[in-house]
Amino acid sequence: MPLDANKKRVFKVIGTRPARPDGIDKVTGRALYGADATAPGMLFGHILRSPHAHALIKSIDTSAAEALSGVKAIITSKDFGLPDDSSVLDVQDNCMAREKVLYDGHAVAAVAATSAAIAKKALKLIKVDYEALPHVTDVDAAMRPDAPIVQAGRAMDDLPAGLSENVTYHFEFGHGDMDAGFDKADKIVERSFKTAATHQGYIEPHACLASMNSDGKGELWCCTQGQFFVRELCADILEIEASQLRVTASEIGGGFGGKTTVFIEPVALALSRKSGRPVKIVMSREEVFRASGPTVSSSSDVKIGMTKDGRITAAHATFRYQGGAFPCGTVQFGAQSAFAAYDLDAVQTIGWSVLTNRPKEAAYRAPGAPMAIYAVESVVDELCQELGLDPLDVRLKNAAQKGTKSSYGPTFDDIGLKATLEAAVAHPHYTAPLGPNQGRGLSCGFWFNFGGNTCVSLNVNFDGTVGITEGNPDIGGSRASISLMAAEELGIPYEKVRTIVADTNSIGHNDITDGSRVTFAVGLATIKAARDAKQKMCARVAKIWDIDEDAVYWEDGYAKPSGPNAGTFDPMSLEEIAAISAETGGPIAGHHEVNADGAGVSFGVHLVDVEVDPETGATEVLRYTVFQDAGKAIHPDYVEGQMQGGAVQGIGWALNEEYIYGEDGRLQNPGLLDYRIPVASDLPNIDTVILEIPNPGHPYGVRGVGETPIVPPLAAISNAVSRATGLRMSELPMSPPRVLKALSAKG
Amino acid sequence: MVKVAIWGSLRTATDGKAEVEADPGTFKQILDQLVVDYPGLEPQIKRGVSFALDGKIYRDAWFTKINDDSELVLMPYMVGG
Repeated sequence: MPLDANKKRVFKVIGTRPARPDGIDKVTGRALYGADATAPGMLFGHILRSPHAHALIKSIDTSAAEALSGVKAIITSKDFGLPDDSSVLDVQDNCMAREKVLYDGHAVAAVAATSAAIAKKALKLIKVDYEALPHVTDVDAAMRPDAPIVQAGRAMDDLPAGLSENVTYHFEFGHGDMDAGFDKADKIVERSFKTAATHQGYIEPHACLASMNSDGKGELWCCTQGQFFVRELCADILEIEASQLRVTASEIGGGFGGKTTVFIEPVALALSRKSGRPVKIVMSREEVFRASGPTVSSSSDVKIGMTKDGRITAAHATFRYQGGAFPCGTVQFGAQSAFAAYDLDAVQTIGWSVLTNRPKEAAYRAPGAPMAIYAVESVVDELCQELGLDPLDVRLKNAAQKGTKSSYGPTFDDIGLKATLEAAVAHPHYTAPLGPNQGRGLSCGFWFNFGGNTCVSLNVNFDGTVGITEGNPDIGGSRASISLMAAEELGIPYEKVRTIVADTNSIGHNDITDGSRVTFAVGLATIKAARDAKQKMCARVAKIWDIDEDAVYWEDGYAKPSGPNAGTFDPMSLEEIAAISAETGGPIAGHHEVNADGAGVSFGVHLVDVEVDPETGATEVLRYTVFQDAGKAIHPDYVEGQMQGGAVQGIGWALNEEYIYGEDGRLQNPGLLDYRIPVASDLPNIDTVILEIPNPGHPYGVRGVGETPIVPPLAAISNAVSRATGLRMSELPMSPPRVLKALSAKG
Repeated sequence: MVKVAIWGSLRTATDGKAEVEADPGTFKQILDQLVVDYPGLEPQIKRGVSFALDGKIYRDAWFTKINDDSELVLMPYMVGG
């Protein structure tokens, strides 16, 4: 059997729980994050930001700031060119406003000075003459034909006539005869929903240190989910060749999709180029809220028909997402994923993407899916309540499975949804008793997952240890998972392997750490790099034994003769082969480069109990269980961590988190005191149940697990609140004032 | 012939057809043929498309072989968080 067809299902190392390799550094404060980088002669960069939601920039006078002692460089949009690629120009314009500011917090100028205090003082000396323009921050208001136009000329050509120019994209998916489907229904429920924009809430603010030399070469250290993408964007914006800019990713204090683009890096590079000195920029928390990338906010309409016995006959949804002041396609993923959990004969989803005067959205775990599935799963739950049906029975009855034509087009291969639902049915949580003012909710979740461009080098050291070089920042424990897969494949202890994340000039291109891709794609490349190294080691041993390469095979860390005809030789260990590698042909390394496909879609089911205080409207999460198919859990701690983390972020999204804009279009809560993310005391232990239904597209059966867990909590909690109170909330977050108002109105 | 499923809002470029036909070949050859047969698809194809082949999602995979009995579904280019 060729090595690359070898699907492994029995493991010795995979599935164990070794201590995380970055743990000691992180708990002792030695880990180097973005803000920890320093350089001799370093300047401090600060950014002047717009106080207006929408305004023309009539002029910028930097003369007084330039005259301030200690100021070494000031830049505005005039210090950048005009890239031909409109997507690059959008990123650049988001980093530094050109003719007008498009949202509260939009950058208009930046200063590099010898101290942070001088840089901040200089910002106050920059005079910007604005002409305020009408603004719009609500998605429905922005779609009206008479809404203020955020950016003219950005709508796609294929849009229907008569819409506001703020509507930029339109997507439709689905199949079947909708009218016939609804005609078969015994009950039809149609509801509208809204969800607020939320922030990923990563603890580490964006930070970077840039150094551009007079010879055109540059160095950039930054916290990012993808150093290669940063390099490409910055090289395009700075108009330099990618090879001349080396980008090194720091340890990362959370990303969740929010660090998949650039905000300050091109600014720091431009300041460094102009000043001739290294420049460091660290965003404040307020800047993170005002000027990085939160999620879209949404408005949606869902209509579902169901028979008395719980079969869905037709399903329709319209989603309207605003993604801030620049075009974004996130609604397409909401429209595709909305009904993915269901096997439907008639389904249609429509998505509209809309510009508003808000910061450009960035990805946030399973971008676009949570808000769509919240609306769908809320209506499914309402139908269950109206028809007196068990919500898990109904989901099982309608569950997508192998052979189902999905709502977004493809026919599903092996998927784990039914097994996941059955695990929830069998779990004691589902039948545990509830008290007064308590309710139990559930929801399914889905994400596509993908692989992407990946390079891995695996070096066999002379002492028999193994070093792995890969190019994806470790957000969720990937270094441990990659080391585990290499150890498994090579047949050596985990402790003998060390994985590092390389800079952009030390390994070939790697896509961003996103899309739940790293354990899948980098793992796949690692396994194949290990197989490459094993083949080379077998070849060396064949030379030593003076037999054919085909007569040597690898097993449990040893090269062995393949049978009696090969001769009688003592097996040679990896350590023995490595020790004499210089004498047998030189260093031994395995490599693999791939654009990985076959990631396999992911489903999850969340079960939650809440108690709603009728006097305050506050919702307490009492019990929470996550069920998810991981394909194969390489390091179960990290898989559980992804499942728990997604649930916690979803709890925040459901109950408290929201971007609040005033009438003036300015963000009113740009800080963690007023933007309330869940803390440990808000939460019960999040229980997890990992299912392992192997993904046929991966040698070890791995599926991505990072994104699906944030999808179900919004609906699961809303459904629990509904069952606790008898109210169907239709707007997130379900903050105490909002719930109390609804309770009061109910009487 | 390979049947290529087109998502709803893209059907304005295919005369309303939910499925169009192309000669078997690689994904790139099929994309090139679609642009010739349905020029209205070109802007979206240039912006980026993923595809699902027999249920499996691919990005940027020009040389993937598409047989005439394969299920091929065009999808918007996939991103993640």
